[in-house]
Amino acid sequence: MVTEKIIQVLAEQYDMDPDTLSADSSFEDMSFDSLDVAEMVMTLEDEYKVSIEMSAEIKTIGAMAQHIEDKMAQ
Amino acid sequence: MSFNIIGTGRALPKKCVTNDMLASFLDTSDEWIYTRTGIKERRILTDESLLDLAYECSLAALENAGVAAEELDLIIFSTLQGDYISPSLCCLLSKRLGAVCGRQLDINMGCSGFIYALDIADSYFRADKAQKVLVVCAEAMSRISDWTDRSTCVLFGDGAGAVVLEKGDGFKAINLTVDGAYEDLYVPIPQGNCPYSPHSDEEGFLKMNGQDIYIFAVSAVVREINAILEQEGITPDEPDYYILHQANTRIIDSARKKLKQPAEKFPVNLDRFGNTSSATIPIMLDELNRAGKLKNGGKLIFCSFGAGLTTGVCAIEWTKQ
Repeated sequence: MVTEKIIQVLAEQYDMDPDTLSADSSFEDMSFDSLDVAEMVMTLEDEYKVSIEMSAEIKTIGAMAQHIEDKMAQ
Repeated sequence: MSFNIIGTGRALPKKCVTNDMLASFLDTSDEWIYTRTGIKERRILTDESLLDLAYECSLAALENAGVAAEELDLIIFSTLQGDYISPSLCCLLSKRLGAVCGRQLDINMGCSGFIYALDIADSYFRADKAQKVLVVCAEAMSRISDWTDRSTCVLFGDGAGAVVLEKGDGFKAINLTVDGAYEDLYVPIPQGNCPYSPHSDEEGFLKMNGQDIYIFAVSAVVREINAILEQEGITPDEPDYYILHQANTRIIDSARKKLKQPAEKFPVNLDRFGNTSSATIPIMLDELNRAGKLKNGGKLIFCSFGAGLTTGVCAIEWTKQ
């Protein structure tokens, strides 16, 4: 659920085809730099009303979705 | 009664350093720097002193205002670090300008220094302790940048901007915030040699966590601008210009899109000057003023953010004829 939402947000924000994105897509593969990631974090924080702490572990859409789900469960 | 801005000035070092010049000694490129920051070149002090820049922009602002240095009652000088730790640079500037006022001070509120200086000036006008005030922001970022760190030194430039203020009603509202967080943006002081105190190995260079500062900056700019617009009962469409601290075009673009405003209302000059800390807003204001782009009665929003972490936002009515 969160994964699909992240894909939708990224596809809109960066004009990408959502069909090319999946839980395994890494931000590096998408040529995201640190500020693209920052923009994504802000958008997802607004969407899910959680505080997202970026770390080097969060490299893929799936990992980001898991982090948000963990935060929402707290 | 508060103040009107009646004169502006700016001064930049003559040495222009392009991204390609940085790529000659750092592992970076023009494309990398430009796409992440919007910066193409910056000015760097060589044989000028910071006082030289401060003097040049102050003289330009006084001439633009038609005010003589002897008429000034107060000088507020914003800088992260002057030419000396002591004396304050305002003292040397006032001597060179021929100003005779005893009321003058240096302040260090990082990139928000200009907005904090306007707040201090406002208090002097309201207390009827000043008729003419000079606010100068002069920054030598090149002296505190680590020129081996490609993630920070490419971002900054040296420069100075000044405004002259006189009694009036053009200063409408101001909000300032500080949260005390420093880990993501700070400059350590150079180590002393006292045998009784511990020494760290940390060099006196600016340290920044760009990603976290980016998130802070975009969120803070949008929040603070919306708050002051609401406070003043004006819609986001009404101001002629939003003059934001020039740190990164992506911060400016992101905030602008969230506020749903056209690009021409958020002027940018950091492609040419980089981030000159507290000098960015007065430099931009002077560019707009001298290009004849500021209309009498037009509304301006100034918004800054920086180390502290601070924010400063103010609403101005441009009243200069």
